[in-house]
Amino acid sequence: MTALLDVQNLSLEFRSPGNPPIAALQDVSLTLDRGETLAVLGESGSGKSITAKAIMGILPKPASRITGGRIMFDGDDLLTLPPTRLRRVQGARIAMVFQDALSALNPVQTVATQIAELYRVHRGMGKKQAHAAAIEMMRAVRIPDAANRADDYPFQFSGGMRQRIMIAMALALDPDVLIADEPTTALDATVQAQILDLLGEITQERQMALLMITHDLGVAGQLADRALVMYAGRVAESGPIGSMFESPAHPYTKGLLGSIPSAAHRGGDLPTIQGLPPDIARRPPGCSFNPRCGYATAQCRTVLPHLDPFAPDRAAACHHKGEVIADAPVGA
Amino acid sequence: MPESTTSPQTARARRGRPRSGLRSLWKSPWFDIAAIIIVVVALMALFPSLFTHIDPRDCDLSKSRLGPEPGHLMGYDIQGCDYWSNIVYGARTSLEVGVYTAAISFVIALVAGSLAGYFGGVVDSVISWTSNVILGIPVGIASLVILYQFRSRTVWTIVFVLVLFSWAATMRYMRSSVMQVRNLEYIQAARGLGVGPWRILGSHVIPNAVTPLIVMTTLSVGAGMAAEAGFSILGVGLKLPAFSWGIQIALASQDGNWQIAPLLMFFPALMLGLTTLAFVVLGESLRDALDPKARR
Amino acid sequence: MLRYTLRRVLLMIPTLIGSTFLVYLLVFLIPGDPVTRLAGGEKRLSDSTIASIREQYNLDDPFFVQYAKYLWGVLHGDFGHDFNGNSVSTLIATALPYTVVLALTAFVLKLVIGVCLGVWAGLRQGRLPDKFNLFFTIFFLAVPGFIIAYFSQYVFGIKLHWLPISGVQAGFPLAFVMPAMVLALETASPLARLSRTSLVDTMRSDYIVTATAKGISPQRIMWVHALRNAFMPVVTYLGLSMAALLGGSVLIETIFNLPGLGGTLARAIDTQNGPVVVGVSIFLLLFYLVAALVVDLLYPIIDPRVRHA
Repeated sequence: MTALLDVQNLSLEFRSPGNPPIAALQDVSLTLDRGETLAVLGESGSGKSITAKAIMGILPKPASRITGGRIMFDGDDLLTLPPTRLRRVQGARIAMVFQDALSALNPVQTVATQIAELYRVHRGMGKKQAHAAAIEMMRAVRIPDAANRADDYPFQFSGGMRQRIMIAMALALDPDVLIADEPTTALDATVQAQILDLLGEITQERQMALLMITHDLGVAGQLADRALVMYAGRVAESGPIGSMFESPAHPYTKGLLGSIPSAAHRGGDLPTIQGLPPDIARRPPGCSFNPRCGYATAQCRTVLPHLDPFAPDRAAACHHKGEVIADAPVGA
Repeated sequence: MPESTTSPQTARARRGRPRSGLRSLWKSPWFDIAAIIIVVVALMALFPSLFTHIDPRDCDLSKSRLGPEPGHLMGYDIQGCDYWSNIVYGARTSLEVGVYTAAISFVIALVAGSLAGYFGGVVDSVISWTSNVILGIPVGIASLVILYQFRSRTVWTIVFVLVLFSWAATMRYMRSSVMQVRNLEYIQAARGLGVGPWRILGSHVIPNAVTPLIVMTTLSVGAGMAAEAGFSILGVGLKLPAFSWGIQIALASQDGNWQIAPLLMFFPALMLGLTTLAFVVLGESLRDALDPKARR
Repeated sequence: MLRYTLRRVLLMIPTLIGSTFLVYLLVFLIPGDPVTRLAGGEKRLSDSTIASIREQYNLDDPFFVQYAKYLWGVLHGDFGHDFNGNSVSTLIATALPYTVVLALTAFVLKLVIGVCLGVWAGLRQGRLPDKFNLFFTIFFLAVPGFIIAYFSQYVFGIKLHWLPISGVQAGFPLAFVMPAMVLALETASPLARLSRTSLVDTMRSDYIVTATAKGISPQRIMWVHALRNAFMPVVTYLGLSMAALLGGSVLIETIFNLPGLGGTLARAIDTQNGPVVVGVSIFLLLFYLVAALVVDLLYPIIDPRVRHA
């Protein structure tokens, strides 16, 4: 039984003239099924956004090159699909909500036109019909007074409303997989909560698979069933969100969880992860996390740890996962 | 008359690595050709006697408009003067107009832009308003009217009028880069600590902004030279007995002279065209070398 | 929309006053007697001529009054009279159609050449069309327009006999092809560069990525999403670029012997007809301001942010 979306050992590099290629993703695997929500966690530069864009097929072409792996979606490898067939998947069966809706929406087209474009291109609808469908979609994401606002331009909406329009656009063709790339980071806290509620509700209602890219563990905990922690372009740990948060197996996951304020920290400093976020152009030999890791041994500085399954549905790329799990729980 | 040869994307600056950039310049054959042309023309301007022994005023009317012959590679002009020695002696005027205009505009732009950008307020309003008016009018036409008012015109008259209209665009660029730097936090901090304006301008602002200014200036030399010739054609430029390529082109263009003897037009036009092209190639190469991101 | 239009019209006023004032100032404040200068130097003038010039330019009034009276006249279509008593306004009216035809033809050609070349280069970034574009822009940016004019007169007029060398006897399309083409080539370079840069920048923007993620074909992305956005800086520049076009038209009309405003101006310079020189120049300045205004008013059509501001 294969998953709806199955990314297998994806490796990808960026190249620019005159510089050596940079391995942005190494050996990244993930699976996602209908009705399931997967949170991809990590710092900026960890490769979480690049993974999403690679699945969506929107990485800049000559600058990025897939060096290995497959992206299986419903039986097809998206990486080898001819462009015309790939376009039938993009937007229709896999859709994406971007972080900054203001720049992600075309400034000179009305919002309805931009939503309607999907119906026109993928469903061959006429102008009027598509426009009506677009308004219907705007209502579905609860944009007040949708019919009257349909012919407004993106700059005339508030940040939260713009993000709703992005979501309406992504959901227009009822896709099987929805990818949300930090959909709430650009928004106010109260609006954030509304958008997250909306996403959760709609994906549940429509039995959609949701891939949620975020650096916010709270958001992940609220929405996701499973999580994937990325570090320096590799998967550090994956597993069901509950058990992972309870007993992290990778020191990096543990560090991330440790830096969430909780009652245990009252009056004291928040623990932070030592050192700087990873520079994928200059990975240290062995485990990329070793310079920042309290568990690091000589082995970590020379041997790259593989993502090993150690419990049902759980895996971590750490030589010392046993110690990490055995250690005192986070925050205590 | 070309209004301005600085294209809009000139107005984008980033600091390159001048050293290594300059070294890579020599690898480009286009740059080499441009440099050779400019050096040759500059030598003509400085030491005309290196290139010809014939007095450009030693004319023989019976040889009017005769074609090239041994010892007189470019033939004779309307008055029967040796055309090559006229070209050689004309180089100085043409180059002077271009170089002086560019250099003076550069200095004015640097000073006015620094003042307007750094001090703001009334100084800025006056300078910006003036430059906006200048940028808002067709320079070619305005300079024509002004030049017409001068009864005798020298190189400096032409330079004056060209400078009058050419400092504004460069100034605007300088002003915006000064304002950008001025608002950086470390500059704000330095000002708070009482570091004087001239020191800030001299050590932080100008070194950052000067590269694109030099590029813009280099690009404008050719425009000045072309304008000199354009004014001559229209009858508001230099006149005989001065020497300049513009005068040669203007005389050739009169009364259909060049239709009878096309070479009279060809030689000065070729020299002028090659030189203006050389300055633009030089400017573009400098931009690529010093400011590699500007063109991408 | 209304606010934008109003703002743009109001912004024109200081430029209008500033530029005419500048010209006027330089004409009448240069040392020496403006009367003899307007009459073209050493020529002996009768007392009645001198009196008429002094009266026409209100030279006996204080300077600012002179200027105000002149501007007032100009705004009423009165550009004064030359020494032979001909109305400069009539002269302008006769010449204007030729300049309008030349400038419009050149403008269209320049737009087509510049934008097509820039878009082509932008789409094939770093490849042959891009290199051709670079070569084209450098060449025409550098080589003065009059050299191209003489060269094409020689090739297409004298050698090939395809087009008339000069004059307007051949009528609209034929007589204007060469001058308009030269003028267009001379001024198309900055446009080609700007179109290229703008398209390259637009193709990198987030909403183009969004469009790709929507499964839209590259052709549709280009036509529906990229071009209109890429055109915005181009339209802003078009108004400004009218200056180069009109400035260049003076020289081109002279070289091709067209009886437009530029040609009239050059002939007036040649015959030392001061009032015509001043009158036609000021008219050209105004003409430019209006042309630039009209082009700028097109802007809200493509940018809704301005339209709804």
